[in-house]
Amino acid sequence: MEPLFHAAPFTGYVYPNETIIAWTALIVVYPYLTGLVAGAFTISSLYQVFGFRQLRPVAHFALLVSLSCMIVVPLPLLLHLGHPERAFNAMITPHATSAFAIFSYAAAFYVSLLILETWFVFRPYIVHQAQHRQGVLGSLYRVLSLGSYDLSEKAMRYDRKWIFALAIIGIPGAHGLHGYVGFVFGSLKSREWWSSDLMPAIFLFSAIISGTALVIVLYVLSCKLRKIPIDLSCLKVMAYALWGFMMFTLLLEGVEFASLVYRGREGTQVIMEYVQGRLIVPFFILQFGIGSVLPIATITFLIWRGINGKALIAGVTASALLVLLAVLMMRWNVVIGGQEIAKTGKGLLAYHPAIFGREGLLAAASVLIAPFVLLLVMIRLFPPWEQEPSAAVPASAR
Amino acid sequence: METEEQLEKQQRERRNFLSCLGSAVACGAAAVMAGTVLSRATAAVRAAVTGGPNRPAIPGYDWTKHRWAFGVDATKCIGCLRCVEACKRENDVPADAHHFRTWVERYVYLEGEETARVDSQADPVNIAASGSEGEYRFADRYKDAKVEKAFFVPKLCNQCTNPACVQVCPTGATYRTEDGVVLIDHAYCIGCQYCVQACPYGARYFNAEKGVSDKCTWCYHRITKGLQPACVEVCPVGARIFGDREDPQSPINQFIRDNQVQVLKRETGNSPNVFYVGIDKEVS
Repeated sequence: MEPLFHAAPFTGYVYPNETIIAWTALIVVYPYLTGLVAGAFTISSLYQVFGFRQLRPVAHFALLVSLSCMIVVPLPLLLHLGHPERAFNAMITPHATSAFAIFSYAAAFYVSLLILETWFVFRPYIVHQAQHRQGVLGSLYRVLSLGSYDLSEKAMRYDRKWIFALAIIGIPGAHGLHGYVGFVFGSLKSREWWSSDLMPAIFLFSAIISGTALVIVLYVLSCKLRKIPIDLSCLKVMAYALWGFMMFTLLLEGVEFASLVYRGREGTQVIMEYVQGRLIVPFFILQFGIGSVLPIATITFLIWRGINGKALIAGVTASALLVLLAVLMMRWNVVIGGQEIAKTGKGLLAYHPAIFGREGLLAAASVLIAPFVLLLVMIRLFPPWEQEPSAAVPASAR
Repeated sequence: METEEQLEKQQRERRNFLSCLGSAVACGAAAVMAGTVLSRATAAVRAAVTGGPNRPAIPGYDWTKHRWAFGVDATKCIGCLRCVEACKRENDVPADAHHFRTWVERYVYLEGEETARVDSQADPVNIAASGSEGEYRFADRYKDAKVEKAFFVPKLCNQCTNPACVQVCPTGATYRTEDGVVLIDHAYCIGCQYCVQACPYGARYFNAEKGVSDKCTWCYHRITKGLQPACVEVCPVGARIFGDREDPQSPINQFIRDNQVQVLKRETGNSPNVFYVGIDKEVS
């Protein structure tokens, strides 16, 4: 049987209760997923709100990516809770001063918004399927159509207005949601590693780059699978966005770390010992070197040399994959790193994750994979590739 | 025209549907608001009648008439760890080296060293000396060294006036009582462990078996019956002092009056209610 808890070995002096790492790999996955939600939504909004026409091939797909990640977001939290059956206590009797309590409302609001926007975006397809498809799927589309088969020009104008409005509200929604995740950590005064005013901003920008990187990777993969050419101008815009937002992320992370060291408050000595010791591989090599500097250098080179074709695709995709790794490592270094530095300021702990069990690496990996399984189903139900009514809906249905 | 009729019918249906949807949302929102207002109103009435929200049903005890506080005299502590053992037994705390409502730290300055060497009874060397995680000893690990200064510091929940743990609890399962003790409603706690993270003193732990957070309550079940907390009761040297700040002659008021007391991690703004005497700069 899996033991109820795993004690972390330590050096120096740590409070006895600290030897059980409270937030495990599951809580690493949770901000990672919310980040992907916010980032993918940003790509969708760049098209819907800010008129980046080049992003048309991925706009609706990014929305589905965002929705499928968002649906899975509560899962790591529920798995982590000691009493998941009481989870709704946080919404029934929310404690107004708790970031978590407010987060549950923000998340509920945002997931409703995402579902509504997805419904409006895919309504022409749903209506067409409801009218022409038989069987169980036909019934499903008829239910999803909510009884409205009206695809007249007036109705479509009305839909477009809603999509625009929802996309606008969604921008502060998605970004606020993820800023809040940063606040969950940054607002805690108990840990020097977390306690930073910049934490929400860092989480937000790293969220945008992770979501953008995910859309890049999935778009390239989907084109390969569908055996269609990759839209290079679309890929380039995403690569530019990735590059720009990465610069902000790196800058913020650098400023945050520099302030922590420069302030040099009590406990900084132990933090430096940690940074120069165990953080070398996860932070300096994986997150900073391979995950941030290398992709920035690669994309800079691609843009500077005006490289096109297969080399551009390979370079941007590889960079995006590295960014996905970097952001995952960033979440790990924040969540786990914060707990490996003892609250005493006099010791360090070592988190050794379990493989099996509710909070094991296997469970965390399954939660991480779940959105992609969901995405596969969603793509089947709502093909995001042909947005124009002329392509998605045959003329007879209009 | 048949198609126009169909179209009109569809539009009518759509309008009806949206209007129904709007009404449903409005009704839902109204119900939620009514529920909130009603529950607030009920709580306000209950508070007015009983003298505070969620007043515990303890016969003969009025929590508005007390203000508990705790004192620790580190100059008296001998590190016998009877307090730790009594607490574990009294409060059904898991008998291992990772869950404590109270613990004792040992600070040792060796000759020529600038900083103290710190350990607690949960240190592997001390566990090896006791032979079990369920028995508590301080190993005589410095017998061959030249010790310049050494002292013990008992630690426990500070029952802060501005508790960070209460601030972050998403459900309100943990709360501060009128008489100044931070409690946890184990029937309501969801086990998210946000409070465990938020406490700067490491006073909280997660009880994996029960799926809830736990911590020292100054033995609330005892003090509300006029008894002392278990750790205070068993301390052979009087290093732990407990009492009511509303009573000018209480031991804790005398302790605070007669000594220059300090609290731990004052800079957090938590306003702790455990007052220390005889600790030095290294203690946090």
